[in-house]
Amino acid sequence: MVERTAAPEAPPESDPVMPRALADIAPELDPALAAPSSLREFWGDFSQNRGAVAGLAMVIALVLVAIFADWIAPHSPIEQFREATLTPPSWHEGGTTKFLLGTDALGRDILSRLIHGSRLSLFIGFISVTLSLALGVVLGLLAGFLRGITEIFIMRLMDVMLALPSLLLAIAVVAILGPGLINAMYAIAIVLLPHYVRLARAAVIGETGKEYVAAARIAGAGPLRLMFNTVLPNCTAPLIVQATLGFSTAILDAAALGFLGLGAQPPTPEWGSMLADALEFIQRASWVVTWPGLAILITVLAFNLMGDGLRDALDPKLKR
Amino acid sequence: MTLLAFSLIHLIPGDPVETMSGERGMEPERYQRLLHEFGLDRPLYVQYFDYVWNVLRGDLGTSLTTHEPVLKEFVTLFPATVELALFAMVLSIAIGLPAGVLAAVKRNTVADYAVMGVSLTGYSMPIFWWALLLILFFSVQLGWTPVSGRISVQFDVPAVTGFLLIDAWRSGEPGALRSALSHLILPSVALGTIPLAVIARMTRSSMLEVLREDYVRTARAKGVSRLRVIVVHALRNALIPVITVIGLQVGLLLSGAILTETIFSWPGVGNWLIHGVLARDYPVVQGGILMIAAIVITVNLIVDLLYGVVNPRIRHG
Repeated sequence: MVERTAAPEAPPESDPVMPRALADIAPELDPALAAPSSLREFWGDFSQNRGAVAGLAMVIALVLVAIFADWIAPHSPIEQFREATLTPPSWHEGGTTKFLLGTDALGRDILSRLIHGSRLSLFIGFISVTLSLALGVVLGLLAGFLRGITEIFIMRLMDVMLALPSLLLAIAVVAILGPGLINAMYAIAIVLLPHYVRLARAAVIGETGKEYVAAARIAGAGPLRLMFNTVLPNCTAPLIVQATLGFSTAILDAAALGFLGLGAQPPTPEWGSMLADALEFIQRASWVVTWPGLAILITVLAFNLMGDGLRDALDPKLKR
Repeated sequence: MTLLAFSLIHLIPGDPVETMSGERGMEPERYQRLLHEFGLDRPLYVQYFDYVWNVLRGDLGTSLTTHEPVLKEFVTLFPATVELALFAMVLSIAIGLPAGVLAAVKRNTVADYAVMGVSLTGYSMPIFWWALLLILFFSVQLGWTPVSGRISVQFDVPAVTGFLLIDAWRSGEPGALRSALSHLILPSVALGTIPLAVIARMTRSSMLEVLREDYVRTARAKGVSRLRVIVVHALRNALIPVITVIGLQVGLLLSGAILTETIFSWPGVGNWLIHGVLARDYPVVQGGILMIAAIVITVNLIVDLLYGVVNPRIRHG
């Protein structure tokens, strides 16, 4: 807070609602005027937070690794080098540069598996967050707009889901649907859902009382237009923050499910199931345990750093 | 509460008979007969009321694998989980709270960055991996602690309370308490890491907010010592959001217990539940989840009531 009070030009940026609200009511007037300045303002806030920038850089790096996995990875993630099982990392005694981070019990190159695993983890994160966000926003908007019995029904259901520990709920869903990567994604989407519903509903209730919504309503906007065009754009900040943090939850929970044997099934190079496979070799070959966990930690850390930075930059009110 | 039970039950069952039959499937007649046997061919609402009636009478059904009543199994295993979770909680509060206060008071110093860096890492930690690292270092490399279980096999401690620390202490056997403690420490550290990080972060931000308040400056101005202002004036007011967060950690602890117990072969409800899921033991999964949800809700209720005790403004408000 010190740097904020020290800077006298801080107050205008703490009220991002006004320019956006104006742009929303009359987008045809001058949309080009409001957008770039708010983007630059956001980047100014975001880049002040070194951790956030580091997180963003890591996320970008991970995305690149995931996209170009086929070219970066030295070997196929499922090719078994039978003559080189449990080879230690290259800088250890007995390691070779052919397998930089060593091989697992079946002689598969750990580095290549990790690189391909990043693809899976980001994919899981992306799909479950998108699913959850889309459904959550719709449910939240419905609850916030319709109120009454719909709201009570939706919110009580969300309360029930929130009462269950997240991993337990995910396990319950997987127990119904059966283990597997796709079902794990559904399970995680369901686990994340209540957060988005609550955020969207709270934001909608906060926004509907404002004058620009009344203005839009008087101007003849129908309920759907009011929901998605007028109110939703003004509720995006907390949702974006939550979605970023949701990525880290999704990746962590997917790895946990994989570890418990309920997520991705072998030979899929998923980080959590790689750890589970490594369990019995923990005493002989510690590297098979070290690397997948480190990959999970770094990825989750990157998304958490980025999410924290986004929260501070997008929504000063959320800053704790 | 009934709504809760209702939603849960509709969330969980699926079709156990279909699952039991496996991938090969079974003849339609046998399928129908089994459905009838389990009472699954009745209308959904009949099944539901039947189940709720049984739950209210304390009957959660019988495990399909051990043929023991689910509730009995739960009650036998639950103390082990509570012991682990309590120990982890104590550990995380004992370290997290002072660390958060330190970070807030020494804001923007190396100490602050260190605490925040460590807690962010802890917050992002996959605890199943963290647990493995702990085993690798303390059990395999140093040989200080055992790898799994609750107590060494040579001790046969009578289970009076189910809390092994107390039972071992009561038994008076030399070394029993020590053995139980050494089994408990690693799982607790693994389980307590995330709550520790969350508590430290929350304490810091909450303290920062309170330290800016006028009454803190007033207290300092009238000559109260720095330490007293921090502990008595600031911390007490900063504690409310922290207590909320601690209450929320209970759910997280039970979640984490599933992973921690699996890794350390800790005979608690988490381990039991995972085995239930893997064995498709539906009564166990259903009953276990119901019990845990009920416990989490109860704890959250208690936390709400605790606010009043900590902060008179809420009690009188």
